[in-house]
Amino acid sequence: MKFLRNLLDKLEKPFQKGQPLEKLYPVYEMHDTILYTPGQVTEGSTHVRDALDLKRMMITVVIALIPCICMAFYNTGYQANLAIASYGAKPLAIWQTQVYQLLGFKPGMMSFWAHVVYGGLFFLPVLITTFAVGGIIEVSNAIIRKHEVNEGFLVTGFLLPLTLPPTIPLWQVALGTAFGVLIGKEIFGGTGKNILNPALTGRAFLFFAYPAQISGDKPWIAADFVASKFTSTLPDAVSGATWLGKAATNKAALASHGFGSPAWWDAFLGFVPGSMGETSVLACLIGAFILIYMQIGSWRTMAGVVLGTFTMTALLSGGSSDTNPMFAVPFYWHVVLGGWAFGTVFMATDPVSSAFTDMGRWVYGFLIGVMVILVRVVNPAYPEGMMLAILFMNMFAPFIDHFVVQANIKRRLERNAAV
Amino acid sequence: MSKDSKVLLDPLFDNNPIAIQVLGICSALAVTTKLETAVVMAIAVTLVTAFSNLAISVLRNYIPPSIRIIVQLTVIASLVIVTDQILKAFVFEISKQLSVFVGLIITNCIVMGRAEAFAMQNGPRASFIDGIGNGLGYGIVLLVVGFFRELFGTGKLFGMVVFPLASEGGWYVPNGLMVLSPAAFFLIGGFIWLLRTWKPELAEKE
Repeated sequence: MKFLRNLLDKLEKPFQKGQPLEKLYPVYEMHDTILYTPGQVTEGSTHVRDALDLKRMMITVVIALIPCICMAFYNTGYQANLAIASYGAKPLAIWQTQVYQLLGFKPGMMSFWAHVVYGGLFFLPVLITTFAVGGIIEVSNAIIRKHEVNEGFLVTGFLLPLTLPPTIPLWQVALGTAFGVLIGKEIFGGTGKNILNPALTGRAFLFFAYPAQISGDKPWIAADFVASKFTSTLPDAVSGATWLGKAATNKAALASHGFGSPAWWDAFLGFVPGSMGETSVLACLIGAFILIYMQIGSWRTMAGVVLGTFTMTALLSGGSSDTNPMFAVPFYWHVVLGGWAFGTVFMATDPVSSAFTDMGRWVYGFLIGVMVILVRVVNPAYPEGMMLAILFMNMFAPFIDHFVVQANIKRRLERNAAV
Repeated sequence: MSKDSKVLLDPLFDNNPIAIQVLGICSALAVTTKLETAVVMAIAVTLVTAFSNLAISVLRNYIPPSIRIIVQLTVIASLVIVTDQILKAFVFEISKQLSVFVGLIITNCIVMGRAEAFAMQNGPRASFIDGIGNGLGYGIVLLVVGFFRELFGTGKLFGMVVFPLASEGGWYVPNGLMVLSPAAFFLIGGFIWLLRTWKPELAEKE
């Protein structure tokens, strides 16, 4: 290991002040600090530093995301193969399928490795595109602004691909990433200063700019249903719609599947079509335990979202109508559908864009829960409300904090006045 | 620079009504999905501002200060009605697309703002030129925003195909966000940023 340190020290020379590559110092620094803990010690009057720096915090989130990433590999391939094997869909005529066949697999093969490989062929290019584009923007911003490359993008780069459908074109991924990082974060001053969650900003951009590729019932399974003659006989479970879109159009579909039914367990475990990494509630729950145990994610925010979702579902269940079957969707279905779990655990708890005070986090989470049900149920144009609910509450997080702080000041003033 | 040309050119960039004073944003979001409507709207606002400035400047010594806003509104409203009728008579299709936004020129802060801030203190000639200049300053932003929104939102310029659409056998996938109002905010924001990068003295002192 000594050899690596020596090598890095030797490489550092041209990047130092006054040397030819001075401007590219952030690039060197980035590689150095990924491999080694920075050697700086505290100067000045503060002597105690928490070992939990930005880097460790971000890495913990990435570790918490691992179950979701595994599901992205497995389920993307599983859904494609299942649709091809059981429901007469054709494999998509794109390079992913060709590479998959070159590796000796057949579309429609129902084996673990076939799913993982096929899923990986869809997920990895999206992930790589996100990191390439985001990384270039991040590094060039660090060079222009003369600060160190920080690790904020590491998490964004995992979050964004996990919320995208498998069939999304890569140039759209690139555009979405660029928009998310630039408009969502860099124009506010970079990591730690953004008011919106950058990953969700990028996704929102794609959602509104290219709705055909990220909403509706087509993009969620990486298989071609149009070429298939059997489209009309497809069972509900894989009609190409996400469960959420289906609930909005088919009242009977959910009513016949109660809590604990096989369909519910499928949705809980994540074996349903959807965005690549957000189908599995179980994977998100594992992530939630890691985040809460490591005290990275706020349990108050998560509990607030659960409470808000429950309250709003209870309120709206009375208004059930024939024209809008979403009113009748029960609480235990809402939490396993769409991006609810992923949003609650990984998006809502983003330490930068969420509320900062403990009380504020309850309110912030609760209102996200309320908003998501409101969008899902009352607005028929958007079957999924998690992204919009979180972005909306991101805007209000500083406002909520302001009132919590003011209330605290007022209470303490009164207490002192009484004495 | 002579006084007249300063009055005319100042509002184009240095004191742009949208980018610097941040007035008239509402209509800038509404009419810029196409270049055609943006151009017509820019011309309409320029003429209304110029002639309302002229009329109010002529009347300025006879307007009692306590009811000046009412008088200004009466002049502006009359001009907007005339404009609306002319558009309906000669470019009916565009007039239909602009719908209420021609009528809403009455509430455009730029028109009212110039009448109150400039025409009430200056002679008719300078006021008229000031109205033209501010209308053009508004128009420049409208054209820039309309250009990008129509080009990237529908692949066309003035209704002519520039990028053939993928749905019609071409290669361009239109960006749906561009035809939604937020895109105008992003573009105006970008315009303001570029303007202040070009002329740093326009930025507020911190």
